[in-house]
Amino acid sequence: MILRQSIRFLLSCSLLSVSSAIYAQGHDHDGDDQSGNDQTHEEVIQDSHDQDIHSHTADGHDSHSACGHHEEGYDPKATAMHHISDANVYTISDFIRIPLPCILYHKEKGWDFFMSSKFHPGHHDDGHYAYNGYVMHMGGIKRVKDSNFPIDGEVEIGGFTTKTKEVDGKEREEAYICYHKEQLLLEDKTVWDMGIFGGAITSFYDLSITKNVMSMILIFLLFFFLLRAAAKGYATRKGMAPKGVQSFLEPVILYIRDEVAVPFIGEKRYEQFLPLLLSIFFFILGLNLWGQVPFLGGTNVTGSLTVTMVLALLVFIISNVSGNKHYWQHLFWMPGVPTAVKPLLALIEVMSLFIKPLTLMLRLAGNITAGHIAILSFIGLIFIFGDSGKNMTGGIIGAVLSTLLTLFMMAIELIVAFIQAYVFTLLSASYIGAAVEEHEHH
Amino acid sequence: MINILLFAPFQPTPGLAIWSLIIFFLFWFIMGKLAFKPIMQGIKTREDDIQSALNEAKKAKEEMANLKSENEALLQQAREERTAMLNGAKEAKNNMIAEAKAKAKAEALKIMSDAKNEIENQKNAALAEVKTQVGLMALEIAEKVIKKDLQGDKSQVELVNKLVAEVNQN
Repeated sequence: MILRQSIRFLLSCSLLSVSSAIYAQGHDHDGDDQSGNDQTHEEVIQDSHDQDIHSHTADGHDSHSACGHHEEGYDPKATAMHHISDANVYTISDFIRIPLPCILYHKEKGWDFFMSSKFHPGHHDDGHYAYNGYVMHMGGIKRVKDSNFPIDGEVEIGGFTTKTKEVDGKEREEAYICYHKEQLLLEDKTVWDMGIFGGAITSFYDLSITKNVMSMILIFLLFFFLLRAAAKGYATRKGMAPKGVQSFLEPVILYIRDEVAVPFIGEKRYEQFLPLLLSIFFFILGLNLWGQVPFLGGTNVTGSLTVTMVLALLVFIISNVSGNKHYWQHLFWMPGVPTAVKPLLALIEVMSLFIKPLTLMLRLAGNITAGHIAILSFIGLIFIFGDSGKNMTGGIIGAVLSTLLTLFMMAIELIVAFIQAYVFTLLSASYIGAAVEEHEHH
Repeated sequence: MINILLFAPFQPTPGLAIWSLIIFFLFWFIMGKLAFKPIMQGIKTREDDIQSALNEAKKAKEEMANLKSENEALLQQAREERTAMLNGAKEAKNNMIAEAKAKAKAEALKIMSDAKNEIENQKNAALAEVKTQVGLMALEIAEKVIKKDLQGDKSQVELVNKLVAEVNQN
C-alpha cells in the first residue's frame, strides 16, 4: 500500500516537473516559431538563446528608429502580470489560442462585434493586425489614439513598445504600436477604479467575453451537469443511499448547511439563503480550482477584483435588504449603552458596514492572485537561474528548484482554494445572519 | 518591482463586472431551482426517512422488550403452576399411600382378631366336647365298675352325678 502510494507520488512529481517546465517555457523566447513547445526545457533554453542572437541583429537593423523591435529579455514582472490578467484570447501554454468574441463600444463609433482571431494574436498574445482601430496587446484590447489610423478593417502593424512615464508623481505605463515606422500611442479600455489602480474612463468600453468570462461559463456548465446529475440521483433513487456524484457533492452540501448556514443564520431562516450560499461556495471553489489546473490557461478569475467585488456587493445588498428592525437599531442606536457612546458606536458600526464587503472582496482576490504570482515566480526561477537561456547548468538547477517549490506552492494553493471559498461563504452567512438575527432581549 | 498602482487584475473593468454579475445570477437561479432545491428536498426526505426508521426501530425494540417481559411472566407463572401441580400430586400420592397403609393395617388387625376369636371358639368347643366325651367315657367306665359293685345303689349314683356336675363346672 505504502509502496504504491510512493510510486504514485513520484510519478506525479515527475509529471509536474515536466509540466511546469513546458508551462513556463513559452514565455521567454521570442518569435512565432512554436516548434520547441513539446520538447524538454534544456532544448527550450537553447532555442531562446538562438532567438536572442537573432533579436540582437534585428535591433542593429532598426537602430535608426525607436520603432520596431522591442527588447525581449525575461521580465518576471511582465510575465506574471500577463498571466494573472484577463485576456481577450484563451491561450493554452502559448501555442493553442482560442479566439473569443469581442464586444466593444466606442463613444463615437458605436458597437463592434468580432472574434479576437481578427487580431492574429501571436507570442505574448500580441496581435499582428489591428482591426477597426483596435489592437491586442498582452491579450488585452487597446485602441489606437491617432486619428489618421484606419478605423475600418484589418491593418498589419509592426509590434509594440512600452514606455514608463511619470504623471502626477505616479508611474504610468504607456503602450505604443509601430505603424509605417511611426509610434502611435494606445489607449486602454475603460476601468472603473477611480484612478486607484492606474485605470481611467477612456473613449471605449470592452464588454467582451474574455478569458475570465469564458472560465466562468465553463465552470457554470461543469457545475450544471455535476449538480443536475446529483439532483437526478435524488429523484430516481428516492430515500436511498447516495451514489456517484451524489456522494461526492453531498458531504460538501451538508457541511455548508450544517456548519455554515444553520449556525450562522439560524434554524428558521437558513433555507431561504442556502441556495445563495451554496452558489457562492461552488462558484468560487470551481473557479479557484480551475485556475490551479496547469495547461488550461491558469485563469485568475477569483483573483480579479472585479469578480470578487460583484460577489461582495451582492452579499452586501442581500444582507442589508434582509436586515430587520433590530439590525438597523443596533447599527445606528445601540441599545444598552450610555447615550454619550451611542453616536460613536454608530460611526464605528456604519464604517464596519462598508469595511465588511471590502475585506470580503480583497481577501479572496488577494489570496488567489498571490498564489498565482507565487507559482509564476517559482517557474520564473528557471529563466532567472538560466539567465534567459545563456546558462544551461543554471537552467537545470533552476528547473529542479522551481519544480520542488512549485509543487509545494501548488499543494498550498489547493488548500487555499478550498479555504477561501469556505471563508467567503462563511462570512457571507455571518453577515446575513447578523442582519436577520432575532433578538430575545429587550 | 510590482507597482500596485498599475495592477491589472485589480482593475475593475465594466465588461467583467457585467458578465460575472449575469453569470453568477444565472448560476444562483438555475442551480437553485434545478439543483439545490431538489437536492435539499432529497436530503431532507432521506433524513426524515432515516429518522422515522430509527424511531420505528426504537419502538420495535421497546415492543420486543415488552413482549419479552410478558413472556417471562408467563413462563414464571407456568413454572409456578407446574410446581404447585407437582406438589399436589406428591401430597395426593402420600395421602393415598397413608390411607392404603391404614386400611391394610385395620384389615390385617380385623383378620387377626377374627382368627383369634375363631381359634378361641374352636378351642372352647373342642374342650367342651372333650369334656363331654371324657365325662361319658368316665361315666361308662364308672357305670361298668359300679354295676359290678353297687348295682342299684341309689346314693352312689347321686354322688357320681354330683361329681360329674362339679367337673362340668370346671
